[in-house]
Formats: sequence, structure tokens, C-alpha cells
Amino acid sequence: MGALDPLFLARLQFAFTVGFHIVFPAFSIGLAAFLAVLEGLWLKTGRQVYLDLFRYWLRAFSIVFGMGVVSGLVMSYEFGTNWSQFSQKAGPILGPLLGYEVMTAFFLEAGFLGIMLFGMNKVGRKLHFFATCVVSLGTLISMSWILSSNSWMQTPQGYAIEPGTGRFIPADWWAIVFNPSFPFRLVHMALAAFLCVAFAVGGVGAWHLLRARRAGRAPTEAVKIMFSMAMWMAAIVAPLQILAGDTQGLNTLKYQPAKIAAIEGDWESQSRAPELLFGIPDMEHETTRYKVEVPLLGSLILTHSLEGKVPGLKDYPKDQRAPSPVVFFSFRIMVALGMLMAVLGVYSLWLRWRGRLCSDVLLQRFALLMAPAGFIAMLCGWVTTEVGRQPYTVYGLLRTAESASPVAAGSIASTLVVFVIVYFIVFASGISILLRGFAQEPHAGEAGPDAHAPQRAASMQAAVSGTAATGITGKES
Amino acid sequence: MDLTGAAYWLPIVWAVLAAMAIFIYIVLDGFDLGLGILFLAERNKTYRNVMVQTIAPVWDGNETWMIFGGAALYGVFPNAYATILPALYLPVLIMLFALIMRGVAFEFRSRMNTEAMRDVWDIGFCGGSLVAAIMQGVILGTLVSGIAVENNAFVGGSFDWLAPFPLFCGLAVAVGYTLLGATWLVWRTESTLQDTMRRWSGLLSFAMLGMIAAVSLWTPALHVTYMQNWTDWPRILFVAPVPVAVLVLALVMVRALRGGVSRRIPFFCALGWFFLSFSGLGISIWPYIVPPGMTIWQASAPPSSQAFLLVGAAVLIPLILSYTAFAYHVFRGPVNEHSESYH
Repeated sequence: MGALDPLFLARLQFAFTVGFHIVFPAFSIGLAAFLAVLEGLWLKTGRQVYLDLFRYWLRAFSIVFGMGVVSGLVMSYEFGTNWSQFSQKAGPILGPLLGYEVMTAFFLEAGFLGIMLFGMNKVGRKLHFFATCVVSLGTLISMSWILSSNSWMQTPQGYAIEPGTGRFIPADWWAIVFNPSFPFRLVHMALAAFLCVAFAVGGVGAWHLLRARRAGRAPTEAVKIMFSMAMWMAAIVAPLQILAGDTQGLNTLKYQPAKIAAIEGDWESQSRAPELLFGIPDMEHETTRYKVEVPLLGSLILTHSLEGKVPGLKDYPKDQRAPSPVVFFSFRIMVALGMLMAVLGVYSLWLRWRGRLCSDVLLQRFALLMAPAGFIAMLCGWVTTEVGRQPYTVYGLLRTAESASPVAAGSIASTLVVFVIVYFIVFASGISILLRGFAQEPHAGEAGPDAHAPQRAASMQAAVSGTAATGITGKES
Repeated sequence: MDLTGAAYWLPIVWAVLAAMAIFIYIVLDGFDLGLGILFLAERNKTYRNVMVQTIAPVWDGNETWMIFGGAALYGVFPNAYATILPALYLPVLIMLFALIMRGVAFEFRSRMNTEAMRDVWDIGFCGGSLVAAIMQGVILGTLVSGIAVENNAFVGGSFDWLAPFPLFCGLAVAVGYTLLGATWLVWRTESTLQDTMRRWSGLLSFAMLGMIAAVSLWTPALHVTYMQNWTDWPRILFVAPVPVAVLVLALVMVRALRGGVSRRIPFFCALGWFFLSFSGLGISIWPYIVPPGMTIWQASAPPSSQAFLLVGAAVLIPLILSYTAFAYHVFRGPVNEHSESYH
């Protein structure tokens, strides 16, 4: 595979764009649900602090959602630009699923987003809350369809293959949508999205708790509530995620044993298999070097029995093996982060019980460090599942090499460079805007994302002149 | 190929639906791209904020029709999707880059600390809108001039789209969208900004009329079948009134702009021109989806795919249109520099 091999370039470009994209929907899914909860709490209790938190996170949501829309737009055309043979063959099955995603989710989100962002004073509280819930629902529906499509590619069923053209013809839509790995992946991804946001919110909360301590003042109520909510999520969802990951592992062993072999770095199929904590899989010499292993644990984890048989890569011909070095590490990073998240959650529970949740510096530093953990773990998980299914796009049926478009390497290479530049600019700007927002503490009477309103300029000027005035008074006194 | 029953009718139904979806996209996203193109022409920063405020609550939904177009083509006409996108690889990706830039510029520009950085994103907003509009025209123009296909796959070169007709179409679409943007602002704004936009609308109307005339004369010259499609009996019955209708709309437009009373008529006149041009185009290329060789039937997914998606579309599209209309209704009325800020 040379550097200018069109297939390699097409894969690289697709991996880059889809990896960039998935961060934002995951953020939106979790954040929309969080916002719905905050607004609901505000309506129920009437406490201003919930509205302040809602508006504080709504500003971040408008940025995150916008970046999700524009990077997602690319995806809906990239199947065709980079994988035209795949689209031609699998389009009759995956196209309608994507079509349903747009009709049941994207339009719903986009249609009510304007009201959610800007409509509080136009439609009244109840209808506004409804809009927030609809946007949140939209993100969840969207995730379901896309996970169904992806799962069908991993565990295809309900199709017939058209003689002559080799197209996949839908035979049973129910079987297609509810394919065997779909429920497991859906739950795993939903929990991942919630964890992404829980740890991001927890990190922002921890930052402000640490800052308040350094400034020698008590943290504000908004910060404490935000941190506490995030820690509840960590304590409940992180352990659940470990269970969900375990069941998905069992499912993968059943339907994609070759993927498991690559993830585990096992070459020989065996029962009473050890679990490798570390190792360097070597595809060429069919061995894993520098192994650090725990006896029996591999069989125990994968089959829930000590005698269980675990597959090895040598069970499969060389041209049907996924690149083990990639998935071996991506999987272990994901699992390690998952464990750390659960540790943090449990630690927070203990502190909560002792009444020190918002005063323990160790927890705050830990939470701050773990702020991006959800996103990194999620990306590692996707790398594992997508690289692990190689060399196929439709598992066992359509090879990646037979999926590509007849596009010149030069076109793909040049657009890849532009993608990297554009995404770098967009990502860097977006992140810096978000971080700048997070550096501010949520305060009473928080403004929403009034980004485009002229009054914002006026209020900014007022703030500036206010500061100037204080500066002058300061000098005089 | 079996062309009876559902295998014959479903592609026709979907072709009509797809054309409708594209037209809705033009109606909804055309003006917000056009507004972006006009962005730098307006030097007053306060007015720029007003301009953005007229579309801020709705632009996400507008762009979703673009995503729907991609998804529907993928599911319903996969052979066309798999041919058009590799053939138009560069223009499609350039368009996507441009849409990304303008989409994020929307969110970013108002959150910049310095005037200079805000200006940078204003340029991104304008440039992105302009390039996206031009590329949409180029894609349309390339498609109409024909794509080299063998065995259901694209066999042409990377730069086939760099030809006079596609580039001219790019210019035409950009001019048309700018007119939509200007007339939209005539409708939704007041005072000085509205007056400026009224002047722009007049100028752009003449430009667009010229473009429509040029493309209309050029298209039938591209392929014999296009010419036949326009002149064959009884199609000519439908075709003949089109130029007349274009001129009638021109008269209405001029009167509305001169009188200065009606706010929304110019916008709907501009949409009318788009509708007429678009149906003219449909008449020209029918029944091909990828001229000159691939018909809608050859491009189609099996009936089971088309029927599955059609059931959903029949229920969901009216629903989508109604809540989209509701969103526009919530944010109706003229916007000016004193308008309530959108919290």
C-alpha cells in the first residue's frame, strides 16, 4: 500500500472526516439530554440556577451542533465520492436507512433548534421546553438509525444478492434494521455519548471548583450543581458502560470472531486463554511480542467461563485478518479509560457519602484530567470496531478494496490536504470558543446564545465601559 | 430490465419527489446563500448583524434539505449517486468545504473577541456562500452537459467540469441566489438596509433575466434530445408558456420594486423564475437522471427499497414541511437593529 494508493487515500480521508464528525454528534446527544433535564428542573423547581446552567450549556450546544451539521453534510456525500462501488451495491439497503435518519431526526432537530436557541421569549416556557425535548429526541433517533446502518454492515442479514450486478437487495426490512449487533452497539454508543458529556461537564465544574479554592472563596451554587450532576452520571453510567461493553464483546465473539482475535492479539485458538495486558502484535511473523499476560482471564472475559474457547488469527487466511496492532491498542486504551471513569465515579460516591464531594481537591484534579476521557474512549472504540472489521465494508461479503470509487489519487490526495487544513481551522476555532466560554463561570442571569443579535454588541460595549468605569473608580480610590 | 408495475412507477414518483426536494432546497437555502454573498457588499456592521439575524433561527433546517438530497439519491437512485459523485468529485468537495466554512462562520463570527477576527469570519461567510453557490451551478451544468458513463460507472476525467457551460451555470446560479438573498432582505428588513437591497434586487433581476435567456438558448444546443424535448408535440404546449411567464414575472418584479410598497412580492417573483428555469431543465433532461445515458429506471434501487422509503416520505415530508413552516412563523416579521435579541 503506497502513500499514493487511491484506496489507502480514500480510507484515510474517510477515517479522518468521520472521526472528526463523530465527536460532535456524540457531544450533541449527551448535551441535548442534559439541557432537557436542566430545563425540566427549572420548570419544576422554578430555581434560577437551573436556567442559568441551561443557558450556559446552550451556548456551547449551538457551537457543537453547528459543527456537527457541517461535518455531517460531508458524510452524506462521501459514501458516493469515495465509495461509489459500495454505494451502488449496498445503497438499496443503507440509503433508505440514511433517508429515514434525515426524515425522522435531522429535520426534527433542525426544525426545533431555532426555537430552542432563540425562541424562549417568543413561544413561552412550555413550548420552549417541548422544543428542547424534541431536539434531544432527534439526536437519539438519529443515533439509532446510524447505528443500525453501521451494525448492518458488521452483521448483515435480511438481504438477497442480485445475480449479475452483485447488489444487496432488501428482503426483510425488520431483519435489516434490527440486525444482531444493533441493540448492543446502540446501548454502548448511547452510554458513550452520555459519558462524553458527563466528563466534559465534570471537567468544567472541577476547573471552577479549583479556581474558587485558589481564589479563597466558596464555589457558586451553579458550579456545585453542575459538578454534582456530572459525578452522579459518572458513578451510574461508567459501571453500566462496562457491562454494556462486555455484552457487546460477547456479541462480537459470536458474529465477528476474527475481529476478537485481532483485538486480543491471539494467534492460536485456545481454551483457558490468557488475557494480554500488553504486547506488540506482528502481522508478518504471526506472533505477538513482549506479551504481558494474565492467565485464564481471556477466556473468562470473552466467554464467561475458564474453559471457553477463544479464536486465534491463524484460524483465518492472511487476507481476511484485520490489522491487529491498531485494534489491540485502541481497544486497550478504551478499556483503560472506561475503568478510570468507573474508578472516578465510585470515588465520587464515597466522597458524596462523606459530604466532601465539592471540597476534595484530588477528585477535582482527577475530574479535570478526565474531561476529554469520554471522547478519547469513544474514538478508540470506533477505531476498534471499524478497523477490526477490515478487510470488509459489508462483513464477510464485500471487501473494502471492491468498494472504492474510480477517482484519481491526485484528487483524493489534494482534497485530503484541504480537509485537514479546513478541519484544523474549524476545530481549533470551535474548541477555542468553547474553552473561552467554559473559562467563565456560569453566573446569575446568564445570557443565551444571542450570538447574532445586535443587542449583544450593545451589552458587550456596556460591559466594556462598565469595566473601564470600575477601572477609573479603582484608580481614584 | 423489467419495467412493469412498481418497477416502472416508483422511479417516476421518486423522480418527482426528488425534483421537489431539490426545489425546496433552492427555495430555502438559496436566499441564505445569497444573503451570504451580499454580506461583504454591506459595509455597515450593524446591518450585517441584522442580515444574519433574519436567517439565524432557520438556516440549519435549510441545509438539512441538502443532506436529504444526498441520502435520498443514495437510497433511491444508488447508481446515479455512485456515478455523479465520483464524476463531480472536485466540485462536490469544494462545495462541501465552502458550506463548512460558511456554516461555522455563522456561529463563530459573533463570538470573536476582536473586530479583525470577526472580519475574517465575515469573509469566510461571504466567500463560502459564493463558492458553494457557484459549485452548485457547476454541478448542475456538468450534469446537464452529460457525464461519461460505461457499465454504470464514471469513466471521464477529474476536470471534465471545467468547461464553458458548467462554469456559466455556476455564475448563473450565484447571480440567482444573490437575487433571492436581496429580495429576502427586502421582505424581512426595514429602512436604509431595505432600500439598499431594493436597488440590488433591481440590478440582479436584469442580470438573472440575461442568464436565464442565455442558459435557455444554450441548453437545447447541447444535445439533440434536449431540443426534441422542447419542440415535440404535445410537450411544446407546456414549454411554450414558460418564456411568457418569465416575462410576466419580470413586469411584476419591476413594478413591485419601483412602487416600494410590497415587501414580499419581489422574493416570490425571484422564486418564480427559479421554478420556471428548474422545470424547464427537468423537461430538457427527462427521463435521464445522468444524461446522456442513464435513465431514472437504470439508476433505480429495487422497488422494495423505493417503496420502503416512500411510505416514510409520504407521512414525514408533510409533517416536516408543517413544523418548518411553524418555525418560520415563530420568527416572522421585519428585523431591524432594534429588534429583540434572540435569547
